[in-house]
Amino acid sequence: MAIDAATVRKVARLARIREPEERLEPLAQELNTIISWIEQLEEVDTDGVEPMTSVVAVALPLRDDVVTEGGDTSRILSNAPKSADGFFIVPKVVE
Amino acid sequence: MSDLTKLTLKAALAGLKARDFSSVDITKAHIEAIEQARGLNAYVLETPDQALAMAAESDARLARGEGGALEGAPLGIKDLFCTDGVRSTAASKILGNFVPAYESTVTSQLWRDGAVMLGKLNLDEFAMGSSNETSAFGPVINPWRRDGSDAALTPGGSSGGSAAATAADLCLAATATDTGGSIRQPAAFTGTVGIKPTYGRCSRWGIIAFASSLDQAGPIAKTVEDAAIMLRSMSGHDVKDSTSLPVEVPDFASYVGRSVKGLRIGVPKEYRVPGMPAEIEKLWADGIAWLKDAGCEIVEVSLPHTKYALPAYYIVAPAEASSNLARYDGMRYGLRAGGPSLTDVYEESRAQGFGEEVKRRILIGTYVLSAGYYDAYYLKAQKVRRRIADDFDQAWQTCDALLTPTAPSAAFALGEQSDDPIAMYLNDIFTVTTNLAGLPGLSLPAGRDAQGLPLGLQLIGRALDEGTLFSLAGALERAAGFTAKADRWW
Repeated sequence: MAIDAATVRKVARLARIREPEERLEPLAQELNTIISWIEQLEEVDTDGVEPMTSVVAVALPLRDDVVTEGGDTSRILSNAPKSADGFFIVPKVVE
Repeated sequence: MSDLTKLTLKAALAGLKARDFSSVDITKAHIEAIEQARGLNAYVLETPDQALAMAAESDARLARGEGGALEGAPLGIKDLFCTDGVRSTAASKILGNFVPAYESTVTSQLWRDGAVMLGKLNLDEFAMGSSNETSAFGPVINPWRRDGSDAALTPGGSSGGSAAATAADLCLAATATDTGGSIRQPAAFTGTVGIKPTYGRCSRWGIIAFASSLDQAGPIAKTVEDAAIMLRSMSGHDVKDSTSLPVEVPDFASYVGRSVKGLRIGVPKEYRVPGMPAEIEKLWADGIAWLKDAGCEIVEVSLPHTKYALPAYYIVAPAEASSNLARYDGMRYGLRAGGPSLTDVYEESRAQGFGEEVKRRILIGTYVLSAGYYDAYYLKAQKVRRRIADDFDQAWQTCDALLTPTAPSAAFALGEQSDDPIAMYLNDIFTVTTNLAGLPGLSLPAGRDAQGLPLGLQLIGRALDEGTLFSLAGALERAAGFTAKADRWW
């Protein structure tokens, strides 16, 4: 499955990373090299193999649904590029 | 006093307890050494004032006859661990001057036990790299050089700062993390000891995430026993990390020096890769002979899916990374660039903030997870991952631990592999299998190549059996008698 410049444009868009037009072709080549190396996995017989999603064979632990911390607005906002009145300021989302 | 930096962690802790010297003394000695070694680029942030304040508190506790397991010991912290009130960057421009309002669980345990923080250590950006060259702060320089050459070598990666600082006596020991080999390969390249424990031993809470099902913290130290002392403080169950294991933390150091007689050591035939330098073949044979002398039984084992570990890793790790790194969007912290629309800000902040290798991996991860490709790549990789884990389960039927080389070469020159991503990825060929299977792996220095560079041997153990690895590593350390240090040129 060859990756072309259009695929890179689409994937970069999905990843929300701006890639200039002149980078699309070189990136397509780089990704193709890596993906075709990865495709040797097709040689492995995985019929009936359960996919491994975690190496830890334990059930996800649950805790009581109680508030354990909070009231840290100023600490949480301390790294915000822009904030006011206890809120993050972000670009307009809806017109 | 500067020879205080030459002490092992164990000797320093004994000296501190005996009040032969103070924590302020040994901390000052390290601060001076760090100032003189800036050419190595190991630290991305020095915190001398905080270090001296912590040292003074340690001295007060020691004077009262109190103190924890690491009381007064100055350590370096990989800049992937969030430290409360101290800039934490993951060596990425996208985090900029991010100052966490919380402390990672692992580092909080070090401070609980009385350790002193010297500063934050350089790494590959978001721990993605094997040579430290993807760091936004520029690469760390390996304190080791080839005999008769002043070419700058890589300390390995991603924990290159941790390894170089430990090797150059710029800390008694350091924290590190390992997603595909990022503790063990730098340890091998710098003549230090590193262990990636069983997945779940150390809490991942507060460690900037790369690939969550593979990431695991561990120490880099000067000796096997020092690594054991560090790991005990770093380990333990944490309710803030749902994959942290609710198990007792053994006194790992008590395993060092125990007899290894009767242990069965597996030698996996698939780790004999074409093009492996003869010196590494010889080192491996030496390691086998040393363990035989120590009373171990050597058995050949097969891990048939070894060659598929790296390709599987380069699906699983980028997929998880693309998801984990989605949080860097310029809204709540870090770099914000571009505009005016929200999408423009996202795309421009991420374009400017991430380096090339990180972008490459996010794109691969996004691609393999995207509609139509998920089954062919991601699901397939998870199934191959199961096969790799099954290989180890099979091996444990006939052996108690595995012995392999740590890396396929000695430290290489900066720039030597940076044009070829796959050549760079192959650095992790012997280490990545344990991340996929969640098993503990330890690297220790065992010899030097013809040009005088250190080479490492790796021990792989059963899940939660770090104790056996420490016993075996202790035996190998005694037999190898590796005491060489890099000649000081910095």
